[in-house]
Amino acid sequence: MATWKEETQNLAGSDLVMIRGGSGKPLLVIHDELGYTGWMSWNEELAKDRELIIPLQPGFGKSPRQDWMWRHRDLANYYLNVIRELGLEKPDVLAFSAGAYTAAEMAAANPELLGSITLVGPMGIKPDEGEIFDIFAATIKTCLRKTVFNQEAKEFSEIYGGEMSAEQFELFEDARAESARLGWEPYMFNPSLPDLLRSAKNTKLPTLLIRGSEDEVVPQDCIRKYHDALPQADIVTIKGTGHRPEIEDSAEFVAAVKHFLA
Amino acid sequence: MQIAHFTERPVRYLAEEPVLENRAFFGVSNKYYDREKAADDYNFYLDEACFCEEVGFDAVALNEHHGNPFCSGSVVNIEAAILARITSKAKIVIIGNMLPGVKHPLRVAEELATIDTISRGRLVAGWVRGAGSEQFFNNANPAYNREMFNEAHSFIMDCWTKDGPWRYEGKHFHYRHVNPWVKPYQEMPQQWIPGVLSAETVMWCAEKQYPYLGLGTALGPTCDLWDMYADKSAELGYQAGSENFGYLLPIFCADTDEKAQDIGRGFIFGGGQNAFSRPEHTLPPGYNSKSAIRMLGQQPGGSWLGVSKEKLMAGADDSWDASAYDSLRAKLVAGYDKAQDNMQTVVGSPETCAQKIKDILSVIRPGVFTCFAVQGNVSDKDRLRSVELLGKEVLPEVRKFADEIGLFGPFDRTPGSVKLAPGTKRAPVCDREALAKLNLP
Repeated sequence: MATWKEETQNLAGSDLVMIRGGSGKPLLVIHDELGYTGWMSWNEELAKDRELIIPLQPGFGKSPRQDWMWRHRDLANYYLNVIRELGLEKPDVLAFSAGAYTAAEMAAANPELLGSITLVGPMGIKPDEGEIFDIFAATIKTCLRKTVFNQEAKEFSEIYGGEMSAEQFELFEDARAESARLGWEPYMFNPSLPDLLRSAKNTKLPTLLIRGSEDEVVPQDCIRKYHDALPQADIVTIKGTGHRPEIEDSAEFVAAVKHFLA
Repeated sequence: MQIAHFTERPVRYLAEEPVLENRAFFGVSNKYYDREKAADDYNFYLDEACFCEEVGFDAVALNEHHGNPFCSGSVVNIEAAILARITSKAKIVIIGNMLPGVKHPLRVAEELATIDTISRGRLVAGWVRGAGSEQFFNNANPAYNREMFNEAHSFIMDCWTKDGPWRYEGKHFHYRHVNPWVKPYQEMPQQWIPGVLSAETVMWCAEKQYPYLGLGTALGPTCDLWDMYADKSAELGYQAGSENFGYLLPIFCADTDEKAQDIGRGFIFGGGQNAFSRPEHTLPPGYNSKSAIRMLGQQPGGSWLGVSKEKLMAGADDSWDASAYDSLRAKLVAGYDKAQDNMQTVVGSPETCAQKIKDILSVIRPGVFTCFAVQGNVSDKDRLRSVELLGKEVLPEVRKFADEIGLFGPFDRTPGSVKLAPGTKRAPVCDREALAKLNLP
């Protein structure tokens, strides 16, 4: 097992709790709208030759909420300052769902600061066809049903099985509340983002777009729109998975990411 | 004391099945909307309010909900404006304007000032955060609900007291030219705040010296809340009294107990208040405070907490099972009976209603008592008969009793006007011995 630890640093004006594990070139991981789900097998695989740095999003229960953050763009600029203050040299970024929305905003704001972006089931751009599933108007049960296609995956029950403790419930509600603060309206997209990504397009920022073939949260058209904005992007579809390909088919997911980062 | 009549103005032509199939009122498709029948209903409810005034109610109270046949009052200030003109002496109590949902406090300040002016000072303004479902309907960010509520309220107070023009740059609202050319007819309308046991709201009311109206809450927890209000007000240097408290209770009256029981089942039509909205719409993200969420999380066995993979997956197919109707209906009727046993619903003849109301007043000692009219598809005739019996037979007896036990309404004694010297022990605001004597289950 790679060693990982939780640490807190005062960065960009506030305390930030981070999970750090593995060694090698830094890989900044931005978790999704429901928070960090723990060190899974895909973390372990990627940590074999990379140092994973996973900030726990401010307001999600561990890192304190920043009242000035209104939009994913604010969070993105905060993370860019975190990169600067940590002295990371063009880190690669791997980001999920609403976290991928944040990563796209980072790329739009300052593509030169990043090595590459891998966006998994990215929210952030409004699809022409279909809608981004409204997680705020759904029970946990409905959310899970929409999110995970392959519920036989081993890690599904590790994350979602068993009783939810009072602490987990509070963290879950913290995550939903902060996600609503940033993404309630317009719902999980920024109408300016496709145009703002011009800078990342012009600098040919290496980009990988990953989507589960059965994803019911982020429509296929979001990938098309991202590709329109970032034509240099590679696209990988992982068959038989939904919105969480990293746990639904970890092997395929890790292979795709490693191939791109190689 | 002040006695008010309140109705949700239920959509009365709707069959029950669509509500049960949807497992809630919020979200029932408006494909069932009937223009002609709705026109009848909207006009009837205005006439009913006039009749309330005629038979002796001090006030008519109305509210607002959206996307919901439980309550057809979608734009409460329009109905209140009509009542301002067609009634002549009743207070018009709005419980309330949902400030975060409206998102336009300047407009609210103007609308309410217009109502107060047309009615020559009969407006009682009330403010609410809006139910969870309203945040979805109005696309109001629930995570900013409390902030928006506080800011909008503060802004409206300034609109009503500061001479314009002035500029406002807040966090959630911005106005470059505030100078409304309509002000309330009263120097400052009273503000009554309805709630369902939110401690934050109670403390806020105590700080503002606003009467807090418990919405049919169980008597024991209501006493706890009253004490919380009174402790806070003592800290702030005043003695809370009946003028600081109101209570709203489902009440239906008919000529006989039997008839009242039969018609009163309208309170559980479609699942009643418990079916107002489904859980995912009741608790949107960030709507509850962190402390409220923590409390919810720590309740053992709470339905939100008993989360396992199996439970999460169970019943994933949510399709309506019509064969379950009979057992569901039986549960609802049992709930109706239980609500009466707990005295959270009062149904009966004038004698029955008067006695139960007096028992309730003895315990929680409110200065405002509000009769919440029956829900469901109850006829004009039966609704009006209930109003008539309440007004002519029950209210006089209740008023006499209220006088005997010294209940003052907020128009009899200004809330916050009884000062309390620092260190002085406050007087009780409820009677727990009277509660014990009721032997509630």
